[in-house]
Amino acid sequence: MTTGERRHVRNGLLFCAPWLVGLTVFTGYPVVASLFYSFCDYSILQAPVFSGTENYQRLLSDSVFWQSLRNTLLFALLSLPAGMVVALGLAMLLNTGARGLAVWRTIFYLPSIVPVVASSMLWLWIFNGKFGLLNWVLGPVWRWWGATPPAWLADPAWAKPALALMSLWGVGNSMVIYLAGLQQVPVELYEAAEIDGASARQRFWHITLPLISPVIYFNLIMGIIGTLQCFTQVFVMTGGADGAPARSTLLYALYLFSVAFYDLRMGYASALAWVLFLVIVTLTIIATKLMEKRVHYAT
Amino acid sequence: MQPKTRLGKVVVYALLAVCSMVFLFPLIWLVATSLKPIEQTMTFPPTWLPRGPAGQIAPQWVNYRDALAAMGGTGPTAVPFVRFLANTILVCGLGVIGAVFSNALVAYGLTRIPWRGRKGLFAITLATMMIPFPVLMVPLYGVFKSLGWIGTLQPLWVPAFFANAFYIFLMRQFFRTIPEELSEAARIDGCNEWQIFWRIILPLCKPVLAVVALFHFLAAWNDFLGPVLFLTRKPTFTLALALQNYQNQAGGVPWHHLMAASAVVIAPIIVLFFLAQKTFIRGIATTGLKG
Repeated sequence: MTTGERRHVRNGLLFCAPWLVGLTVFTGYPVVASLFYSFCDYSILQAPVFSGTENYQRLLSDSVFWQSLRNTLLFALLSLPAGMVVALGLAMLLNTGARGLAVWRTIFYLPSIVPVVASSMLWLWIFNGKFGLLNWVLGPVWRWWGATPPAWLADPAWAKPALALMSLWGVGNSMVIYLAGLQQVPVELYEAAEIDGASARQRFWHITLPLISPVIYFNLIMGIIGTLQCFTQVFVMTGGADGAPARSTLLYALYLFSVAFYDLRMGYASALAWVLFLVIVTLTIIATKLMEKRVHYAT
Repeated sequence: MQPKTRLGKVVVYALLAVCSMVFLFPLIWLVATSLKPIEQTMTFPPTWLPRGPAGQIAPQWVNYRDALAAMGGTGPTAVPFVRFLANTILVCGLGVIGAVFSNALVAYGLTRIPWRGRKGLFAITLATMMIPFPVLMVPLYGVFKSLGWIGTLQPLWVPAFFANAFYIFLMRQFFRTIPEELSEAARIDGCNEWQIFWRIILPLCKPVLAVVALFHFLAAWNDFLGPVLFLTRKPTFTLALALQNYQNQAGGVPWHHLMAASAVVIAPIIVLFFLAQKTFIRGIATTGLKG
């Protein structure tokens, strides 16, 4: 190594020093420790005791674990596709060249930056079965069918759809990303297709979707990662990590939290965390495989 | 795609208007509820405007004062609202300073200095973005416990001074676009690495510094899991935790006060958004398009 190279290494390490410390203390060590704890009996009050694969074996027969996993996947299945359709739909509306883009965009985006605790409070009120805004608006639909409108979060059957509905209010973030993607699609392509007699639907399926597929892929992966870790809304709206009513909103992250910090079973909680990681990785790989042939990079 | 016909245009504007209403209704409902006397929150069908005894429009501004007082509880253990505000500002302020400074340093080290190992370090950095927080949660609690930080605000802002994979990535994208010749010329002129960073690169990077500052402020203001994990005593609560704590104690009855308290927690974020709208939109679009 020349003196110049050596100086570069020294400077590089110096500039990266904060991250080298942060990476070790706040990420590296926790990852290793968590993996170790997942094979231990550990209550944080006493030193961990190695227990082999016991935690993982117990998982398989833990019905609450399976229920929380089912709840989470069901919630993801309800909220992710709907969220993508709404976000992309709004972005396409904004991309029509309508006047006042900045105003419309602000209106759609604003709810997504509302602090989650505050928006949970608001939606708790909106979902209120008796005096809530939602049953005022949707009540007639139910009564038209001769049914009573649901109590949403207080009803085990409607709690998850309610959470998914609320999540639609916060699609502003992915909408902005879709919009940025749509704005990069060359207008000439649409013009050429139109001259060739392509209908609006054909233009959407054969031009818009393929050209924004990288953005769809990005939003999908981010959506999977975020939804599987969803915690705060449910914790605030159902008053803790018990997944009330009747464990219908016991999402994975809530069960993990309650195992770790209510029951102080840190070893078991660490095993749960690693299984969550595996689930996220698996779903990401599946999504990547499904999208792989369809994602179009214009480079 | 632009609508060609007149009908198409009408449909677009109609859809925009309807969707805007749907997105705005909840926020209007929040403000409306926060200004009503409690009896008027419990009517069905609900009314939009707070009314006085003679039917005139009469917003009850006093709800805000009462809600903020109620948030801290009553009796000898009561905590004044400004305490929660001060805690939040501390966590956000120190966090923003730490995040901007540390991530700029690291991004500089990873992009502007040609040293062996920087590619490897960047690959590791990207890989850590995949790790979900629940995996880190338990050991982090242990780390902060052994540092004696549980029950203090430190776990919420000190880590910001040690960089973060996502912000490093964001800044790196920007740092890379600055021509290498600038650094070369400065080196020839006898600038050392620190001077190049501080005098040349940083002033050019203000847009991305603003994005990171904004993102971190927002994340720190909104954070709930962190406070709920690491804060134990009410005087250390941040606004988000204090709001949830208030709702938990009060149960689901004083909706007018709950909405007023929520509005107070939301308002600064909305003001910030309007002050920095362009930075916001650019920041999000960048993360999505280059990611």
